[in-house]
Amino acid sequence: MASVPMHQGLLLAGILFALGLTGLLVRRNVIFMLMSLEVMLNAAGLAFVVAGSRWGQADGQIVFLFILSMAAAEVSVGLALVLQIYRRFKTLDADAVSEMRG
Amino acid sequence: MEVVFYIAAIVAIASTVLAITRLNAVHALLYLIVSLLSVAVVFYVIGAPFIAALEVIVYAGAIMVLFVFVVMMLNLGKAATDREREWQRPGMWVGPSILAAILIAEVAYLVASPGTAVYGSAVIEPKQVGIVLFGPYLIGVELASMLLLGALVGAYHLGRHTPEKTES
Amino acid sequence: MLHLLWLIPAFPIASFLVLAIFGRRLPRKAVPVFGVGSIALSAVVAFLVAISFFTSPPPGNHFTQVLWTWIDVGGFQPQISFYLDALSLLMILVVTFVGFLIHLYSAEFMLEDEGYSRFFAYMNLFVASMCTLLLGSNLLLLFLGWEGVGLCSYLLIGFWYRDPVNGLAARKAFIVTRVGDTAMTLGLFLLFDKLGTLQIQELMHRALVQWPVGSTLPVVAALLLLGGAVGKSAQLPLQTWLPDAMAGPTPTSALIHAATMVTAGVYLIARTHVLFSLAPSAQMAVAIVGAVTLLMAGFSAVTQTDIKRILAYSTISQIGYMFLALGVGAWSAAMFHFMTHAFFKALLFLGAGVIIESLHHEHNIFKMGGLRKEMPVAFWTFLAAGCSLAGVPLITAGFYSKGLIIWDTWSSARGSGLLWLAAVIGVFLTALYTFRLIFVVFFGEAKTKVSKRPGPAMMVPCVILAVLAVVAGFVETPAFLGNIHVFTDFLHKALPVITEGPARGMTEFGSESLVTLAFLLGLYFAYLFYVQKREYAETLTAPAISKALQRFWYSDWGMDWLYERVFVRPILWIARVDKSDFVDYIYTGIALVTELFYHGVRKTETGRMRWYAAGIAAGSIIFLAIVLFL
Repeated sequence: MASVPMHQGLLLAGILFALGLTGLLVRRNVIFMLMSLEVMLNAAGLAFVVAGSRWGQADGQIVFLFILSMAAAEVSVGLALVLQIYRRFKTLDADAVSEMRG
Repeated sequence: MEVVFYIAAIVAIASTVLAITRLNAVHALLYLIVSLLSVAVVFYVIGAPFIAALEVIVYAGAIMVLFVFVVMMLNLGKAATDREREWQRPGMWVGPSILAAILIAEVAYLVASPGTAVYGSAVIEPKQVGIVLFGPYLIGVELASMLLLGALVGAYHLGRHTPEKTES
Repeated sequence: MLHLLWLIPAFPIASFLVLAIFGRRLPRKAVPVFGVGSIALSAVVAFLVAISFFTSPPPGNHFTQVLWTWIDVGGFQPQISFYLDALSLLMILVVTFVGFLIHLYSAEFMLEDEGYSRFFAYMNLFVASMCTLLLGSNLLLLFLGWEGVGLCSYLLIGFWYRDPVNGLAARKAFIVTRVGDTAMTLGLFLLFDKLGTLQIQELMHRALVQWPVGSTLPVVAALLLLGGAVGKSAQLPLQTWLPDAMAGPTPTSALIHAATMVTAGVYLIARTHVLFSLAPSAQMAVAIVGAVTLLMAGFSAVTQTDIKRILAYSTISQIGYMFLALGVGAWSAAMFHFMTHAFFKALLFLGAGVIIESLHHEHNIFKMGGLRKEMPVAFWTFLAAGCSLAGVPLITAGFYSKGLIIWDTWSSARGSGLLWLAAVIGVFLTALYTFRLIFVVFFGEAKTKVSKRPGPAMMVPCVILAVLAVVAGFVETPAFLGNIHVFTDFLHKALPVITEGPARGMTEFGSESLVTLAFLLGLYFAYLFYVQKREYAETLTAPAISKALQRFWYSDWGMDWLYERVFVRPILWIARVDKSDFVDYIYTGIALVTELFYHGVRKTETGRMRWYAAGIAAGSIIFLAIVLFL
């Protein structure tokens, strides 16, 4: 369709990724952390698709497919873990789950 | 058509910023869905309609819905929002913002270098994607299915609500 | 029968192993069967080998028996091989025969001791090491035997370990000889580095070819070897251990510190005589060490009161004679004196043991007396040995051997009048202290009762040695007394003939006469002070200066005091300063630093997920930066 310069697409992906990273580091609630993780995954996938589109090959989209399925798997397991944490610690504070400190 | 790209990009960035700063979990998730939708628009613009559709259906439609279900199941309420406010002091934003800014700068430097690659506006049809997917990437498909199976079993097992043991 | 050579050290080693492992469980009667029997077998084999050597001499007058290669690394291949020539044959004969007699003596002497089997184990190990030392055909095997005899000396001096004084004496002996051993090791390193072999005959050959006479390398090597010899043979400056070594049992003193180990240094120098011939200044050093030591020890012996200490100083003095002989190039004369000295000094110690035992462990000669009537056999054997030591003219072995050395000191190309004079004064001193000892112990009135008389196992060796102390000298007599040269002819198959210097005014007859004169003077003074007019002794020692002299000579010319101040105290001071071992802090410091890092790094393991995520983000940023900008 449109010919958007690749570096702008990649820059968009980079900005979204950095925003997701910021959200991950700032928020203390595990749900928000998972959410930020999804943002980061999405941004990475965007980068792939942009690159695939630049070369005119389907490979970028296929990788995005894999990322998508991986994200789905990860979210399901992750949310199940969040439920366990909530049941065990009665809180969604990510800092409360630091029993593996040295 | 490039304009659509820029508008969608701005919407995506703005809604992501809003998503990560909201105190209410459901609000944040809804903003995130908006962000995903705009990214789907970006996909469509750069000639990946199949992926645009999948983004909407799977990512915004299934994964985010899963999030919403869990949030509502947890039934956090006002107390959670207050706690969020107290956890989210402005001072907390400094460090991560700096890290993110440096990262953006580096990425910008990376992608800005040799020549802007202007590419042909070829749309890659789903059929093409299908052929490549079940051709060279067949093993990836199988592995992904195994991954999903594992996730299924894991999520079922981890999410199980074991009944409380009777007091001894 | 020369190939039986290896049995000579093998019998004592086997006996040592049996006694060391099973000694406790053997019945008391069985222990000397092993202990004495093994040495007897060695002596028999030595005689067989000697007969074979005499009747059908091997080509070149030497015989080598290679057993196996000991080490094989980088061109260095010392073997366990034994080398037999006239020199080592002589010494092996003396060591095994005298050793056998002393073992026989100690079978009865040590019978009551609780460490009976341990004693014989150590003594056998000693004889085995000594034989290895004497027979070793390379310097490394010699050094093995050298260290072995040092170890056995330590073990035997400290035999009665329950008394800490004995342990102290043993440690002193070991440490002082160690100083010498270190010098010797350095000498071995030098020799191997420069000449490429430690095989003695090959070494001598290469040294002759490569090193010109008087150059630095042979002088340094010879001086280092001299250092080792001085330590083992208790010469100046390392003689301080021998008087204290008398803390060990008397058979030990007889065997090790009179007849055999202390002559190891003499053997070493005789073996490496080529090296010393190439280094005249080192050889002169040998002679000077010998001359000074014999005088110092002679003066010290005159003032001692413990019977064994008198004999210890006497040993130091007589070995000084041997060193003097080696120093002037009289190699055969030194070995002649070694042989006669082994006989009469061993007998003196055995006799002293008999006396000490009979008088219930009394060591002070001034508490003895009048034993001539009480213990006649002991008296006559002791007298024979004493006369031989002092050199009673014509009838004792000591006269001939000492006379030969003294004449060679004058006549040799490397001799000098000053050395001759020192040796003659030594004769005077020897006669003085020997007859002082005899007169005080055996004449006069009895001060301590005799409680025990020795049995045959103790007396037979004494009698045999007494006979040898008298007749052994007749194998080598001066020109005007029969001109017999059996001994030197035999030894000249292995050692070079002494080079005569220009005739310097005195003949052999003249030298012998002056020696006899010195002897008579010493005898007369001993008689005067200790038999006839005891009061002369009091008047002589009354003034303060003579008391000071007496104390000075009694304490071995203050050498113990000197070493205490110069060496022992600084080292103890350093040890005290370093008590908390600050060198160890380097190692504990490493542990401390690691612990510090641990505590620091531990803080980063917070268990909080966001912290880890931040770490990952920061890390990836840094890596990106490195990739981009470096």
